[in-house]
Amino acid sequence: MSIIATLLRRDLAQMFGGGRRGGAVLPVLFFVAVAMLFPFAVGPDPVLLARAGGGIVWVAALLAAILPLDRLLAPDLEQGFFDQFAVRGVAEEAVVAVRLLAHWLSFGPPLMLAALPAAALLGLHADTLRTVEWGLLAGTPGLAAIGLIIAALTVSLRAGAALAGLLLIPLAVPLLIFGAGALSAGGQSGLALTAAISLLLCAITPFAGGAAIRAAREG
Amino acid sequence: MEGCRLAVNDLACRRGERVLFRSLSFDLKAGEALQVVGPNGTGKSSLLRIVAGLLAPFAGMVEREGSLGLVDERPALEEHLPLGRALAFWARIDGVRHDSHSSPSPLAGEGGAPSGAEGEGSAAPAAAGAADPSPNPLPQGERALFRCGLGLDELLDVPVQYLSTGQRKRAALARLLGQQAAVWLLDEPLNGLDAATARECERLVADHCRAGGIALIASHQPFDVPGMRQLDITLFAPPLQRMGSGWGMSAEADLPDSPHPNPSPEGDGL
Repeated sequence: MSIIATLLRRDLAQMFGGGRRGGAVLPVLFFVAVAMLFPFAVGPDPVLLARAGGGIVWVAALLAAILPLDRLLAPDLEQGFFDQFAVRGVAEEAVVAVRLLAHWLSFGPPLMLAALPAAALLGLHADTLRTVEWGLLAGTPGLAAIGLIIAALTVSLRAGAALAGLLLIPLAVPLLIFGAGALSAGGQSGLALTAAISLLLCAITPFAGGAAIRAAREG
Repeated sequence: MEGCRLAVNDLACRRGERVLFRSLSFDLKAGEALQVVGPNGTGKSSLLRIVAGLLAPFAGMVEREGSLGLVDERPALEEHLPLGRALAFWARIDGVRHDSHSSPSPLAGEGGAPSGAEGEGSAAPAAAGAADPSPNPLPQGERALFRCGLGLDELLDVPVQYLSTGQRKRAALARLLGQQAAVWLLDEPLNGLDAATARECERLVADHCRAGGIALIASHQPFDVPGMRQLDITLFAPPLQRMGSGWGMSAEADLPDSPHPNPSPEGDGL
């Protein structure tokens, strides 16, 4: 149990302090920047922005999820951390599960906070903002899980960073459909489906990620 | 030290299309050390990684009792952290494991006396205590680190990324000491170490074996530990590849004139 706590402490220190793993700050700034670009591109039409704004926030969140991928697992594998964990009998699954929790903590809540200024920039209504926030709460664990699986799968590839971005987008489409779909009429079921997908992905991630890391070691 | 044993039975290793070695067997009991020798690329590191359970063997099996410690070319230390804190992470991980079954520390009695006798180890704990900003008692691993005479005391505040190759290797050895594993797997432990530290490393391995541990060392450099056996991994290479893979089609024709007769799969001195 305290091994888990030690691992979590290290992961959180790396993700928040100094941004060693792409950090919590960079994706959030990127997220706000994307949300800021749309009014410039589409024009200052409050009706149009308020209608499209929820979807824009979701697209921005999805794009922000790509940023930290190449730093999530690759440095640990290169520096031999996973080998040392394995030698000590600490399962890859446990390390990945802890990493998922730390990754979401450094990604989900900051993004939900950043959705407030983004919503102001896009002129979202209060009830739309509430749905977006609930949707992000339900959807960001899924985005974090997909990101971690992809990071594990591409960890030994040379062009992994670029590939990871391309892989994440199609895999995140279901989350986007249900999460952003909750913004239109009859929204509650969309939120529930987003949460269901997230839970499923979070349950798979430690095992998929652990297997991928072991496979990368053989290479 | 806990009862430990390391037995390798009829092991074969394939990397890509090449079989590096086959029919490799040895058996190490508590207190024994074995050096695997051979030129680069003959599978020394692969053998160690198979024994560590990090690579799947192509054939054969590994039997292992006792906890495992590995030192290879990657120190597994956080690059941006000061060395002391980077080592403290592993001390916490290892400390948890040892507190849980509270095995008696082999180094507590073993390592302290010799380094104190050298006059260097006795000064080290005081200096380290003064440099350490945290008032709370040091974890087990760090105490072992200060005792081991690897000369890391002045480096504890230096970020790992500024350390030289040899200093990183010393740090990795300190991490290994803190781990208090029964079976040591050392991959080229002398790489980057100066002559004095290399002797220190040999002494650490000798102490470890005297305390009932096992050491498996892959090194192409001479490694001097009393009573250590040697295993030439090239004797286990398949005959075709021993001719040199660069020779192409003539290799097969030259096979009968091979300077190394095909060794029998069993009974290679071990």
